[in-house]
Amino acid sequence: MYQLTTDRDFDRWRDLARQMLAGQISPPQILWLDREDEPSLLSNTALTPPVSSQPAAQTRVPREYLDLASKVACHRDPDRWNLLYRTLWRLTHGEPELLERVTDDDVYQLGAMERDVRRDRHKMTAFVRFRQVPAESGEEHFVAWHRPDHYIVRLTAPFFRGRFAAMRWTILTPDDSVAWDGHTLHFGPGVPQSQAPQADELESLWRTYYANIFNPARIKIAAMKKELPVRHWSTLPETQLIPDLLAEAPRRVEEMTRKSRENARPGSGPRSSGSARPGDAAAGDLYSASTSPETYASGLPAGKAATFPWTAEPFIPQSRSLKVLAEASKNCRGCDLCDIGSQVVFGEGPHDAMVMFVGEQPGDQEDRQGRPFVGPAGQLLDEVLQQVGIIRDECYVTNSVKHFKFEPRGTRRIHAKPSSREVSACQPWLVREIEVVRPQILVCLGSTAAQTLLGRDFRVTQRRGDVMKTEWSPWTMATIHPSALLRIPDEALRAKSRGEFEADLAKVAEQIAKLKAG
Amino acid sequence: MELRQKLAILADAAKYDASCASSGSRRRNDGTQLGDTTKIGICHSYTPDGRCVSLLKILLTNYCIYDCQFCVNRVTSDTPRARFTPAEVAHLTIEFYKRNYIEGLFLSSGIIRSVDYTMEQLIEVARLLRYQENFNGYIHLKTVPGASPELIERAGLVADRLSANVELPTQEDLDRLAPEKSRQQIEKTMQEMAGQILASGEEVRKHKSAPKFAPAGQSTQMIVGATASTDGQILQTADALYRRHRLRRVYYSAYSPIPHGDDRLPPEPPPLIREHRLYQSDWLIRFYGFGVNELTTAAEPNLSLEMDPKLSWALRNRDRFPVDLNKAPRELLLRIPGLGVRNVDRIIQIRRHQSIRLDDLAKLRAPMRRIRAFVITADHNPEALRIDRDDLAHRVVTPHVQLELFAAAGSARTGEV
Ligand code: SF4
Ligand code: SF4
Repeated sequence: MYQLTTDRDFDRWRDLARQMLAGQISPPQILWLDREDEPSLLSNTALTPPVSSQPAAQTRVPREYLDLASKVACHRDPDRWNLLYRTLWRLTHGEPELLERVTDDDVYQLGAMERDVRRDRHKMTAFVRFRQVPAESGEEHFVAWHRPDHYIVRLTAPFFRGRFAAMRWTILTPDDSVAWDGHTLHFGPGVPQSQAPQADELESLWRTYYANIFNPARIKIAAMKKELPVRHWSTLPETQLIPDLLAEAPRRVEEMTRKSRENARPGSGPRSSGSARPGDAAAGDLYSASTSPETYASGLPAGKAATFPWTAEPFIPQSRSLKVLAEASKNCRGCDLCDIGSQVVFGEGPHDAMVMFVGEQPGDQEDRQGRPFVGPAGQLLDEVLQQVGIIRDECYVTNSVKHFKFEPRGTRRIHAKPSSREVSACQPWLVREIEVVRPQILVCLGSTAAQTLLGRDFRVTQRRGDVMKTEWSPWTMATIHPSALLRIPDEALRAKSRGEFEADLAKVAEQIAKLKAG
Repeated sequence: MELRQKLAILADAAKYDASCASSGSRRRNDGTQLGDTTKIGICHSYTPDGRCVSLLKILLTNYCIYDCQFCVNRVTSDTPRARFTPAEVAHLTIEFYKRNYIEGLFLSSGIIRSVDYTMEQLIEVARLLRYQENFNGYIHLKTVPGASPELIERAGLVADRLSANVELPTQEDLDRLAPEKSRQQIEKTMQEMAGQILASGEEVRKHKSAPKFAPAGQSTQMIVGATASTDGQILQTADALYRRHRLRRVYYSAYSPIPHGDDRLPPEPPPLIREHRLYQSDWLIRFYGFGVNELTTAAEPNLSLEMDPKLSWALRNRDRFPVDLNKAPRELLLRIPGLGVRNVDRIIQIRRHQSIRLDDLAKLRAPMRRIRAFVITADHNPEALRIDRDDLAHRVVTPHVQLELFAAAGSARTGEV
C-alpha cells in the first residue's frame, strides 16, 4: 500500500500518477491525500513510490482526459485523486474509449465534479465584488473577498487578469489569494474575511440600481436563490436589500393593483389618452400589476386569488447548514400560512443532537419570539424534561409546520389546527432538518407530528410510547403533545395523561443513557 | 437632480426591457484597457424577481415625444421624469464595471426632439466610453427606428449589439397602439443593420484588423398580450424577422397594465407562462428543426399553457412515436418531448459504444415521466406500449408545477425544452 500526498497540486499528482502507472501499481494499492498532515488510515504504508524503469510512452492518454482531470483536481472532494487515478488506470488498461461512455459510474462522477468546478468558477467571475482601497502610490487599488466552494483561484485568476488588465487588484479567499500588479499574477495563502476591506462608496449607488431594476410584481425567490445561492450573500453588497425588497413588495404590488383597478373601473367611460391624473408618484410601479409567482407557476390568469405551490420544496436551498436553512425558511412562501403569523419559527438545537422532538406548530408566544416551545406548552415540556433528567439544550426541538396559524378573537389570537395541505406543504423543511441532524432518537409530540412522519392512520391515543424503527430514526416514538395536556378540562384525566407523558419521556431518558454508555 | 435620484428613475423605467444578454461578442483586452467580453456573458447578480443583472440597464432619459399606449414613458404619462448627461452614464458604467458589478451597458432612451437627435445622444455615451475611458466591455445600444444610416453606422462601430424594437406583432396592432410607428420603418432600420453586420463580417474575415460592426448582432423585443394577436401570428412574425434580418434573438415581453392606460388596452396582463411558452417555441424553431406552422394549428392558434409546445406537438402527432433511441436519426431524437439538444448529442455518442437503456436516460437527468411514453430502449419499457391511450396527456404532464417555475426563470436565456 502506498500513501501519496499531492499538496492539492495537479502537476504533482500527474507526476506521481505517471510513476505509479509505470510501476503497474493498481488503484486499490494507493491512498491519495491532499496533505501530509492528514491522519493516515493505514499502518504499514510506504511513503515513497517505487522508481520505475518503464518507458514513459506507456502513459499516453487523451488530451481531453488531462483537460478534464486538471479541472476535477480543483474539486474539494478528497476522494477526487482516487477517482482520477482509477479512471487513468482504466483508460490505459483496455478501455481507451472510456470517456465517451458518459453514463459509466466513474465517468459520470468525473463529469459531475467537472460541472461543480465549472459552475464555481463561473460564480466566482460573477460574484467577486471589488472594493477600492487607498493606495500609497496614488494608483487605484481594488480588493475583493470571495468564498469559492472549490480550489479554483489559480484556474480563475486569468479571467480577472484579462478583464481588469489596466487595474491593480487582489482577490482574497479562505484557501488562496491572488494579486495583479499590472505585470504578473502573485499567488499567496488564504485570508479570513475579517481582513478584507469592509465598504466602498459606490456600493450605495449600486444598491439604488439594484432596488429599482427589480420588479416587485414578479417575485420568484426560488429562481433567484438557485442562481444566487444564499452562501454567497455575505460578500455581495446588494443582497442586504433583499429582505426589505421582499417585505415591501406586497405593499407595492397592492398599490399597483388598486390603481389599475381604479383605472379599469367599469362605467368610467372612454378617456382620452391625455387624462393622466397628477399625484401618482409611483407610476412606474404600475407597469405590471398583480402577477404573483403562484399564478406564474400554474399558468392561471393573474388577478385571481393568490394560489400557492403547496410545497416548501422550491424554497429550500441545497445547503446542509441549519443556519442557512433557518435563514432561508424566512422567505418560504410554500403555503398560505406565510402571510399570517409574524415570523417563521424554525427548529433549534445542535446539528448533531442525539434526540429530536417534533411538535405541531408554533403558538402565540413562539410566533412573537421566533423560537420553538417557549410558550405554556414549552414550559410544561421543560418541566417534564427536567424531571426525567433530559437536558433540553442537547436536544433539537422543532415543529411540523413552521408558521403560526390562528383565528383572531378580539385582541387575542386563538390557535387553529393546520390543515393537512399546510402540513404536507411544510413537510420538506422537517425532512431536511431530520436529514441534517440524523437523530438517534426521534420523538413525535402529538398527532400532527406523528401522522406527518409515521403515516396518516397512526393513532397516538392507541400507540403512544411504542418504540419503532423508522426511515427517520432507528428509535422513534410518539407521545402526547404537551399543549393537549394543558387543554384537558377534567382534572383526573389530565393527571392520568400527564403520568403517561412522563413515563414516555422517562423511556427516552433511559435510551439516552443507554446510548451514551454504549 | 441628484445622480442617485436620476439613477432610481431611469433604472425603474428600463426594467421592462427583457433583454439582458451580454453574450456573442469577443473583445480581447490589449493590456491597457478596462474590460473584455466573453462568448457567453456573465450574470453578476439576481433580483428577487428571478431575473439576472448583467448589464447596467438604463434609459438616457424617460421623456418621450411619442405616445405608444403600452409604454409608461409616453408623452401623456405622468411618471416622474429625469435625464442623464452622457458623461454621467459613462461615469456610472466605468465605476460599476471596475467593481465587477456588471458586464457593460445597455442604453435605451425615450425619443427627445427628434429621432436623429436621440440617436446621436446614445452614440455619444458609447463614444465617451470607448475613446475617452478606454472601455472595452459590452455595450448594447437601442437604435431608434428611422434613424439616418450614417448614425446607424456610427452606432454599430462603438456597440457590441444593436436592437430596434418591433414592439407589437402586426401592423394593425401598431396602428392601434403606437400610431407614430410603422413596421415598414422598423424593418428598414433592421435591414440596414443586417446589411452592415454582414458586410463587416466579411471584411473581418478577409483582414483581421477591419473595424467590427455590432459583433454581437442585433435583437428585438415584442410585447405580448397587449393586443388580441395570437401566438401563431407572433411566431410567424418572429420567424420572418429571424430570416429576413438574421436577428440573434427575439425577446418576448408579457404586457402588463400601466397607470391610466386607455380603453384600447386589456385590463389584465397575460399569464407570464405565455411568455415562457413563446420562448420555448422560438427555441424549437431555431434549434430543433420545427416549422413555425407545426406549433400552432388553425383550430388552436395559441400555445397550450399547461404543457410545453414540444409535448403538445407530440400528443397531436402520436403516430410518429415511440422513437427507438438506439436507431433513430438525430432529427427524430430532437422531436422527443423532454430531450434537449445536449442530451440528444450525448445519446448519439453513447450508443456508439453500448445500447441505451432507461437508466442511462435517468443518469442524463432526463425527465423520465415525460420521456418514457415516447421512446423504445434496449430494455423493457411498458409505457411505450400505451402511446395510444386517452390518458397519455395526464400521465406525461409533470405533476409538480414548481418545476416549471425553475425552468421559466432561465427561459429567456436558454428556452431549452
Ligand atoms: S408553513 Fe411551512 S410551507 Fe407554509 S409558508 Fe410557512 S414555512 Fe412555508
Ligand atoms: S417611443 Fe419608446 S419610449 Fe417613447 S412612448 Fe414609444 S415605446 Fe415608449
